[in-house]
Amino acid sequence: MNTATFSLATLAPAIPEIVLLALACTLLLVDLFLAERDRHVTYWLGIVALLGVAVLAALTIGRPTAVTFQGMFVSDMMSQVLKVALLASVAITLLYSREYLEARGLLAGEFVSLSLFASLGMLVMVSANHFLTLYLGLELLALSLYALVALQRDSVVSTEAAMKYFVLGALASGMLLYGLSMLYGATGSLELNRVALALSHSQANPTLAAFGLVFVVAGLAFKLGAVPFHMWVPDVYQGAYTPATLLIGAAPKIAAFAFVMRLLAHGLGGLAADWSVMLAILAAASLAVGNLLAIAQTNLKRMLAYSTISHMGFLLLGILSGSDNGYSSAMFYVITYALMTLASFGMILLLSRAGFEAENLEDFRGLNKRSKWFAFVMLVVMFSLAGIPPAVGFLAKLAVLQAALEAGWTWLVVFAVLMSVIGAFYYLRVVKLMYMDEPVGGEPPVAGRADMRVVLSANALAVLLLGIVPAPLMDLCARAITASL
Amino acid sequence: MNLPLIAFYAFAAILLFAALRVITARNPVHAALWLVLAFFTAAATWLLLYAEFLAITLVLVYVGAVMVLFLFVVMMLDINFDKLREGFWGHVPLAAIVGALMAFEMVLVVGSREFGGDSVASPGAPPPGHSNTKELGRLIYTDYVFPFELAAVVLLVAIVAAIALTLRQRKESRYQDPTEQLAATRAGRLKIVKMAAEREPPATPPEAGA
Repeated sequence: MNTATFSLATLAPAIPEIVLLALACTLLLVDLFLAERDRHVTYWLGIVALLGVAVLAALTIGRPTAVTFQGMFVSDMMSQVLKVALLASVAITLLYSREYLEARGLLAGEFVSLSLFASLGMLVMVSANHFLTLYLGLELLALSLYALVALQRDSVVSTEAAMKYFVLGALASGMLLYGLSMLYGATGSLELNRVALALSHSQANPTLAAFGLVFVVAGLAFKLGAVPFHMWVPDVYQGAYTPATLLIGAAPKIAAFAFVMRLLAHGLGGLAADWSVMLAILAAASLAVGNLLAIAQTNLKRMLAYSTISHMGFLLLGILSGSDNGYSSAMFYVITYALMTLASFGMILLLSRAGFEAENLEDFRGLNKRSKWFAFVMLVVMFSLAGIPPAVGFLAKLAVLQAALEAGWTWLVVFAVLMSVIGAFYYLRVVKLMYMDEPVGGEPPVAGRADMRVVLSANALAVLLLGIVPAPLMDLCARAITASL
Repeated sequence: MNLPLIAFYAFAAILLFAALRVITARNPVHAALWLVLAFFTAAATWLLLYAEFLAITLVLVYVGAVMVLFLFVVMMLDINFDKLREGFWGHVPLAAIVGALMAFEMVLVVGSREFGGDSVASPGAPPPGHSNTKELGRLIYTDYVFPFELAAVVLLVAIVAAIALTLRQRKESRYQDPTEQLAATRAGRLKIVKMAAEREPPATPPEAGA
């Protein structure tokens, strides 16, 4: 192996990561010297840092694929687009969380700095080209998230959620690592390109590779929250305080998509015949369990957790198609899903006040009487999650289903359509509660700071607008996938 | 039988015995000491594999630091280990079966074509003058610098998380604040009260027995 050399040119593809790390460390130090009442400075600096890095990442979109750090890091169009999406999503999460955190005395510097470190982990995952970097990025993200959930130390429910998340996450990491070590044994390399090469030239021991694959898929399913590895999702979503739930629910899904793409579609593309069947089983189970159990929920956060499970089923549907079309529609799906998640949890955060969590379905009863506009915002989001046109969720689902149909998964597509029809019930129930029922406990007007109201409205409008004009984002995803694989 | 092979079997025997004693010793201090021996012997077997850096690190970090710390903790805590161990022998039959099965499975895998000793060629003895430490250092700081830095960030997050989760400003904890001490003025500490040198006796003496 030739000796590595470092120059600015070799570091250039990783500039967003390097800048984010530097900013996160600076923020840690700045926060130390701030008085308790100046906490909002840390908070705004965090948002500025995320948006700044998002701009840096956006500037790289369209650059040719660059591999650096001895093949450990790749900057291709898929990673460039996803980085912008996930950084923006974390920034919006922070923006939505401010009032909630302030009211509960949780707006500590650690929340912001841990969010930045989690974002760094996601950036690394998205750009990883090596088993080691994939795993380290994942652990960086997961560790930050465990700590974020546990930050609300005085709440028993939160602590329990953090405990479950930590234990099951560690188990998943263990499975993933075990699978990766088997794959290393089978292919003799940790670098994704070489693994793919060894598999395509059938130099790898097929039994061992398939054995490793099973563990890798199980680990990935844990991280995605696909059935039967979904146990942690409802408890963590419900137990964690809402900003932490949002942080878990939105951006990490984008990173997880990239993770699955890198690992399965790129590195283990030679085993596509094996993993597509495994993913099909996971997808079918997720669709069934997610949609059916969501009906029985009265807690909105728990309902959205089950809805996440079913949406992960749809995401897997796109990936298991194994075609460029399937990958790009899955990418479109995950980006729009993050957008919808931001808006739905944003609504919960908006309606929550000091000492009151608007997390039950009852709390949305008669929202139309309290605020016509925000009832409409929630309506758009629920329509989108259910997959009703013209909101974007419909097109995202359609694209994924088409790709799966092309790949010959007819039974799965029929099943998915059936399940999403059942699933529409619980989304529409929220709409019914908002518009046709009387509010309980008086009619307090919807409060919330101006910045949050504006961004939340823009977020919902984006969900609607993308449904009417989906072409630019769809083209971007298609170009990203063809340029990257 | 050459010397390295004899040494290997000797080390392996000691290692196995020490490991067994770790879990069977009644006295926790003895168990910790047996663990020190196990680590030390494992380091010796690594030396046989020309992995001198790993061997030295194992001795320095685990034997030198971790186990000493552990011994301190064990000596400080007053735990009745006999009580914890109650019912141990009841589980032995099941544990033995599970252990034997696992060992059998491992032998199956290790002995099979996937992991057989002949499936991967032995790297052989390194050339003279080869430094394991230097090679590891070169790899970590050049080819693997990116994962290395990432691991550093993971540790940083662990520190931040540990502090954020455990540091509490307790109301009852007393500590000195030098800034406040320096800012103390005379007015804040000392109150001068003007009063007459002599006090007038009460005008009307209280009635006795009132």
